[in-house]
Amino acid sequence: MSKSFLDKLKDIVTDEQVLTAHSELIPYESDGLTAFKALPRAVVLPNKQSEVISIVRLCHEHSVPFVARGSGTSLSGGSLPNERGIVIGLNRLNSILDLNIEERYAVVECGVINNDVSEASKHYGLHYAPDPSSQLVCTIGGNVAFNSGGAHCLKHGMTSNHVLGIKAVLPDGTVVQIGGHSLDSVGPDLVGLFVGSEGLFGIALEIILRLVPMPEGFRTLLAAYPSMEQAGDAVSSIIDAGLLPTAMEIMDNLTIKAVEATVHAGYPTDAGAVLIVELEGEIVEIEEEFKCLRKIIYESGAYNVTSANNQNERALIWKGRKGAFGALGKISPAYIVQDGVVPRSQLGSALAEIDSLSEKYGIRVANVFHAGDGNLHPNVLFNNSDEEMLEKAELLASEIVQMCIRRGGVITGEHGVGMEKREFMNDMFSDKDMDQMLILTDIIDPHQIANNDKVFSRSRVPGI
Amino acid sequence: MFYPQSIEEIQRVVVESHAPMVVRGGGTKPGLLNHNDSVTTIDLSDVSGILEYRPEECTFTALAGTRLNDIEEVLSDNDQWMPFDPPMVDKGSTLGGVLAAGLSGPCRYGFGGVRDFVLGISWVSGDGNLLNGGGRVVKNVAGFDFPKLMVGSLGRFGIITEITMKVFPQSQAFATLEWDCLNIEEAVKFMKLLSLSKIEFLALDIESNGIVRVRIGGIQNSLQKRLDSIARYKNGAVIFKDREESEKWSSLRNFCWLDDSCMLIKVPITPDIVCRLDSKLSHYEALRLYSVGGNVAWIGWMDSIVKLDKILENLGLTGLLLLGEYNTPWLGTSAFDNVFAAKVKAALDPKNRFMSL
Repeated sequence: MSKSFLDKLKDIVTDEQVLTAHSELIPYESDGLTAFKALPRAVVLPNKQSEVISIVRLCHEHSVPFVARGSGTSLSGGSLPNERGIVIGLNRLNSILDLNIEERYAVVECGVINNDVSEASKHYGLHYAPDPSSQLVCTIGGNVAFNSGGAHCLKHGMTSNHVLGIKAVLPDGTVVQIGGHSLDSVGPDLVGLFVGSEGLFGIALEIILRLVPMPEGFRTLLAAYPSMEQAGDAVSSIIDAGLLPTAMEIMDNLTIKAVEATVHAGYPTDAGAVLIVELEGEIVEIEEEFKCLRKIIYESGAYNVTSANNQNERALIWKGRKGAFGALGKISPAYIVQDGVVPRSQLGSALAEIDSLSEKYGIRVANVFHAGDGNLHPNVLFNNSDEEMLEKAELLASEIVQMCIRRGGVITGEHGVGMEKREFMNDMFSDKDMDQMLILTDIIDPHQIANNDKVFSRSRVPGI
Repeated sequence: MFYPQSIEEIQRVVVESHAPMVVRGGGTKPGLLNHNDSVTTIDLSDVSGILEYRPEECTFTALAGTRLNDIEEVLSDNDQWMPFDPPMVDKGSTLGGVLAAGLSGPCRYGFGGVRDFVLGISWVSGDGNLLNGGGRVVKNVAGFDFPKLMVGSLGRFGIITEITMKVFPQSQAFATLEWDCLNIEEAVKFMKLLSLSKIEFLALDIESNGIVRVRIGGIQNSLQKRLDSIARYKNGAVIFKDREESEKWSSLRNFCWLDDSCMLIKVPITPDIVCRLDSKLSHYEALRLYSVGGNVAWIGWMDSIVKLDKILENLGLTGLLLLGEYNTPWLGTSAFDNVFAAKVKAALDPKNRFMSL
């Protein structure tokens, strides 16, 4: 990076907004996936959209790579810095620009925290439905880049299903407005393409989000099963019965024990698996659905069923699930979390296969996952100071991803490809499919500067 | 006109044809084939069939030319359905057609549109390659979301050949309530009130004469209680159930309310513009149905289409001409006249083998 680039950067923003000292850069060296680390040449913290646009234009002019970063919660290394480039930290762009209650939408800047949108609209009985586990800290810009999911996306859908319009700066500095305020559109769904593009198409500056009414009520239950297979089968029975819960989550015994040791959510530690099911909607409707659900749960072999009778009991059931990843951190110095998807009906056998792989490598795997949509979250637990074990853990994780593809599933359900799963893209897509994606990236970002080392392994050139 | 019988034949036609190509499915939306240039038309009605249906996964994969009523029949045998409520099913529209046109019906309000249910897609590119995007499972973020991009694209990026969709369990029972609010202003006010309530409406439509119509669905046992509580929102609710109810929505979805001579235009809008748009349209005796909680206007138009083009442009709206003749299917302001759309077109169709955006 030439001196003149940094000087020009400081012409756009104040010196205070450009971090270059080693100690200042350290907090940015990795994101939620700590296995990868890299120090950028600088971190710039713009205060407003016009600064972001000028910074991107400068990067384009100088062919300097940039990585847009919100709160750095990516679990796939999506905001890992590029050593040759800069990180653009977007947390200061945190204004909710418009909250239109009658029309049920919010216009927010990219650095707005996910949960703040719901907080701002709850007074009016509305909320922003997508709820990634990191929703208290993660930003809408990051959610848009990675099409983030969450425990409740079984009924509500992912980020993409809730974004109506985007104002974005493309990697060449052009500012575009795609989509709008309406729920519907005509013409190609450009918003749909932009969401989940992992920062390769530029930076979403402003996002128009759909708001939905808060449900009238919830019914939540926790069911304990002797085995994972029975819990998995119960999920299939619930779907077969025509119920559409908002969430269905399963945790295995290793996770249950870890959770109980830390957050004390009251999960039975002798269970082979626990299943959490949540219904939401009009109270008279979910009461009827809940009768049906309880019948299925008992018939599917659950030996202990706890129903939440109030908001506190519901929060307690979710406390265990939401605290699962933190709890696993207490029983293992490090872990790799995968998020491959398998067809829902193969959950039982896929979990059995993960068990065998765990045994083969002699490494523990804790499973906690979104069962309703077949989205696995195997946590491969290892000691990161043991090089040999790290290597084994990576091999094991890689075999799990391969298994998902083999079963007709996909390599990532919600975390994104990022750095972590780049090498698996070729297993899921043909050379021609990959070429089409690379050609699109190269046309949108001719200088290959926007998070360009993510998603694809750039050793590959289209058509070769 | 070409009638390929297989994907391989589509690939061959694409390689051999010279003029820009346009695709036809069931022929239910001839307005989408409007253009000035000489073109090669490729009819996909023979490239049809359900390739895989997995009720336990709530997914199916079908060829683009598959008629939606064939799909609905198979799904219904398993108590499942396509909740985006595709329009024109009884008229013979195809899966590829409804996706490429980006059309959803009244229940889009409660469940989301065709864009929210497409999981995977295959298409033949301008150089004859068969490409894929997305997957066959209900959750996936690997690679770019080409399935969504193709929604509403009118085949301008490639020829859609195969589609994987998510489906939902069918509700046990449905019911509909109608109120006569006497005029559009009162209807919009009431609609906004309902849309902020905690009731999970599947559909929320209003008509230009002030009718407000809502649909609910769910478990049979709770239906009456829900109806009673919704009816309390405003006096004079008329309730429809069973066959009469389903026929009402089917007639709306299939545009049976249009005269044969009517053109049909879809316009994405927002609730706040309904009254203004309606007032303009009322001067032309247009038929007007505002669906999806005031987010979609369906307009039956009998006057000169140039006039409607101008009205939409003045209001900053974009319309899609489904039935009727003009020099383009897109009316009003261009919703996608931007650099991003141009770059996407350049990447997916570099040799302009398909019509321009």
